[in-house]
Amino acid sequence: MSLAIDGCVVEPIIGLEVHLQLATRTKMFCGCALEFAAPPNSRVCPVCLGLPGALPVVNSHAVELAVRTGLAMHCRIARVTRWDRKSYYYPDLPKNYQISQYDQPICGPGHFELPFGGHIRKIRIRRAHLEEDAGKNIHPGDGITAVDLNRAGAPLLEIVTEPDLRSADEAKEFAEQLRRLAAYLGVSEANMMKGQMRFEPNINLRIRKAEAVFVTPIVEVKNLNSFRSLHGAIEYEVQRQFDEWRETGRTTAVGNKSNRGWDDVGMRTLPQREKEEADQYRYFPDPDLPVVKLDPAWVEHLAEELPEMPIPRTERFTCEYKLPVRDAPALVDDRATADLLDHAAEAGADKATLGKHFLGCWSKLANERGVTVAGLGLPPTAFGELAELAHRGVVSATAAAQIAGEIVRCWEAERRTAKPEALAETMGLVQNRDEGQILEWVEQALAANSKAIADSRENPKKAAAICGFLAGQVMKLSAGRADPKRTRELIAQRLESV
Amino acid sequence: MGSTWTTAAEIRTRVVGGESSATDICGQSLARIDAGDSEIRAFLEVTREHATLRARALDADRAAGGPLGLLAGVPLAVKDNICTRFARTTCASQALAEYRPPFDAAVIERAERAGAVIVGKTNLDEFAMGSSTEYGAFGLSRNPWNLECVPGGSSGGSAAAVAAGFVPVALGSDTGGSVRQPAAFCGVVGLKPTYGRVSRFGLVAYGSSLDQVGTMARTVGDAAALLEVIAGPDPRDSTCLTDPMVDLGSRLSDAALADAARKLRIGIPREFFGAGLDPEVEQAVRGAIAVYQRLGAALIDVSLPSMPHAVAVYYLIATAECSSNLARFDGVHYGHRTSRPPQPRANPTEHLYSASRAEGFGAEAKRRIILGTFALSAGYADKYYGKALQVRRLLNREMQDVLSRVDVLIGPTTPTAAFRIGEKSANPLQIYLADTYTIVANLCGVPAISIPCGFARCGLPIGMQLMAPHLGEPALVQAARLYERETDWHNCHPPAFQ
Ligand SMILES: [Zn+2]
Repeated sequence: MSLAIDGCVVEPIIGLEVHLQLATRTKMFCGCALEFAAPPNSRVCPVCLGLPGALPVVNSHAVELAVRTGLAMHCRIARVTRWDRKSYYYPDLPKNYQISQYDQPICGPGHFELPFGGHIRKIRIRRAHLEEDAGKNIHPGDGITAVDLNRAGAPLLEIVTEPDLRSADEAKEFAEQLRRLAAYLGVSEANMMKGQMRFEPNINLRIRKAEAVFVTPIVEVKNLNSFRSLHGAIEYEVQRQFDEWRETGRTTAVGNKSNRGWDDVGMRTLPQREKEEADQYRYFPDPDLPVVKLDPAWVEHLAEELPEMPIPRTERFTCEYKLPVRDAPALVDDRATADLLDHAAEAGADKATLGKHFLGCWSKLANERGVTVAGLGLPPTAFGELAELAHRGVVSATAAAQIAGEIVRCWEAERRTAKPEALAETMGLVQNRDEGQILEWVEQALAANSKAIADSRENPKKAAAICGFLAGQVMKLSAGRADPKRTRELIAQRLESV
Repeated sequence: MGSTWTTAAEIRTRVVGGESSATDICGQSLARIDAGDSEIRAFLEVTREHATLRARALDADRAAGGPLGLLAGVPLAVKDNICTRFARTTCASQALAEYRPPFDAAVIERAERAGAVIVGKTNLDEFAMGSSTEYGAFGLSRNPWNLECVPGGSSGGSAAAVAAGFVPVALGSDTGGSVRQPAAFCGVVGLKPTYGRVSRFGLVAYGSSLDQVGTMARTVGDAAALLEVIAGPDPRDSTCLTDPMVDLGSRLSDAALADAARKLRIGIPREFFGAGLDPEVEQAVRGAIAVYQRLGAALIDVSLPSMPHAVAVYYLIATAECSSNLARFDGVHYGHRTSRPPQPRANPTEHLYSASRAEGFGAEAKRRIILGTFALSAGYADKYYGKALQVRRLLNREMQDVLSRVDVLIGPTTPTAAFRIGEKSANPLQIYLADTYTIVANLCGVPAISIPCGFARCGLPIGMQLMAPHLGEPALVQAARLYERETDWHNCHPPAFQ
């Protein structure tokens, strides 16, 4: 997406590095628990403290989660993946090197299909690799720096895209969809507040002025931990780089990539002191860790186990269950409920009715209890049978909601799954389709409202409204049991014949 | 009552049979250390209290009829780069002068479980970097055969403690010959196992892909018994092999040795007998070869053409790994921290790092850290570190090829007998070159043993070296014992300690 600024066509070129903390129980290379907001330095051991003589041991669950994420992004999964040491000095990095992956990452090239601006944009994934997180430097004041190493050694998956994103909006949308994917796969809580997802966009501009093309130096904005800051940093950089280019004419060259930090209050990027030259990390294979060989059969098995991804599933739900586009994503993101909906439909119930019930009566009952629909604990058959009852016209929509309420009550009170059909009977909610009986109610309603009939004759425009009013009267007389469709037909016939 | 020269095997027999108590044996060992170590300075710390308590506990166990391990009541000295909960682990460095690990190394757990009584931590070259035990921060150790000479290194303290009769067995670590070379200089047996045979958990790393804990004793049988105890799989070290350790003792019985010699094929690599080899050493080793020939072994001339590059390869790989392994000693989390305030405009964190490290490390450690950092630097990594890995692979292929045709290789352990204190400290390169014969085994990960094979005219002992294929410890100790059985060198002791 290009912008026109002062006679120039400006195209932002954006690549994203995303750090995702994986949802393992323990750290990447030791048995310490991953626990947010535990007392400082209470979740540490010789390994994550980097004590002399301690050795790392790979958390195989982290490897599995990385493979699942890679598969979901259509990445080539390595047969053999290796660990490398990345050296730099920082107080929150106890060994002064980070165990990461350099030239044999666990996930190779892949792509992510992003619906954006009415198109499907294919964002290429360059790689995704595993590494350990650093701890946290804390500045309690008085010029003191304290270090909390509870987070040191947390498993991170660093996902690197190709520079395929073209605007702040698109980058933000990609980040949000990636977060959705991670949550969906259960590979990460991806809780932004806990710092479980962090972004580092690489940004520069391709500027066309008349016939000439200029490319500005790449800037990497470090450590953004909200969608808002990601969006803000890109927007700011686009303007800043354009202004800088106009002022200095500086374009990209080897070695003029720079890092900037983000000022969340001032909503601007600031130059950052370089920790170490990027090419001075002195990567080399970690001699403490043998290579990891990934069995292709196991990878294949994980691929088969992958769930339907949120984006295509949302699309399917809007088609099959006729869910409103506005409501579908939320239902899909609640994976257990979405699965329940699919299970209920598998039994053969009408999908549109099921969709309506899930967003309607079932959601209401769940909300009242502070749970999701799946959290109600009912078997899929309960949902399917009720939908069928409503779809066949055996009960009205209002009656279906009442029955749903009773099903939940039975379940909660007696741990018994009540049959919707039986409930409809006992609750007297089965719709009456006895023509004679309905006609009798219609006659009663007409008799009691002769003025209305006179009105309808005088003003044909009002006929529909009067018909609806009379149907309501019939419902009252029948205590809601008269088949509404048949009732309306009979009323219409009667009005015409008068 | 045991004498100074009682073997570990004899001690165990006596303790098990009730002829001696562990407490008495321990007391005698401590008394010998008290009497003799003021001259030798083999120990950095004598763990008197811990040893006494352990010995008493063992005696109580025996009295209660509890099972007794392979090292019941055997006094053991431990190189001070192996972590012990009960004593400081200094690595002979100011950086860890007061460091007390919160855990025991795997080898400590296993040795103590087998009944060993650890009497102290022995001196070394700082962080095991050196071949003379002159480069420790807390003073040098002396050779029991000649107090003006070095005991070799870096496990010089352990070798001297065994040679002087303070203990029958000791643990060392061998990265490029640090167990075998001091064993040769002090006239004792030094056994470096297959890489991965012994867990490195709790061994402070120098060159992680080369480091291996080794055993030292006055007899092949004792060195083998100690190895049997400490070897075996350990999930805490990912490079530790899963192959279970085999019973070495049974390979050393007279019955097992009966016709072993006639089946033995011994390879003589021509590169072990080239320029720089002292004629006296060559003569002693040729004499040993003659003994094997007399016993009926087949002698085969072989070649390791890449061996002349071994020293260069070793010093690139070992220093590259050590530059990374030693990065953690920065004064931030533990160990020595500078007390000097930073210069007014200096970055306080950088000052903390550089001053703590400048004060913490000695000259040799600094030399190797700088060399290794250079070897891994951008623009040089491929040329130096990468090339070294290539040659290492080549050497491995040559070694595999040679060892597929013979059972063991034979050669000198060192080109000369022990040198005088201070003689080579001005010329580190000369010391590096003297490691030629031993580093091959580390680069190839194969097991090797040094055993005494004679004396130089000056009265200093000479060692010869045997190497075997991966996991070939049974054949290795058997071949060593065949020679030991035919000779009396292991019964020669330093005159001053008779
Ligand atoms: Zn830990």
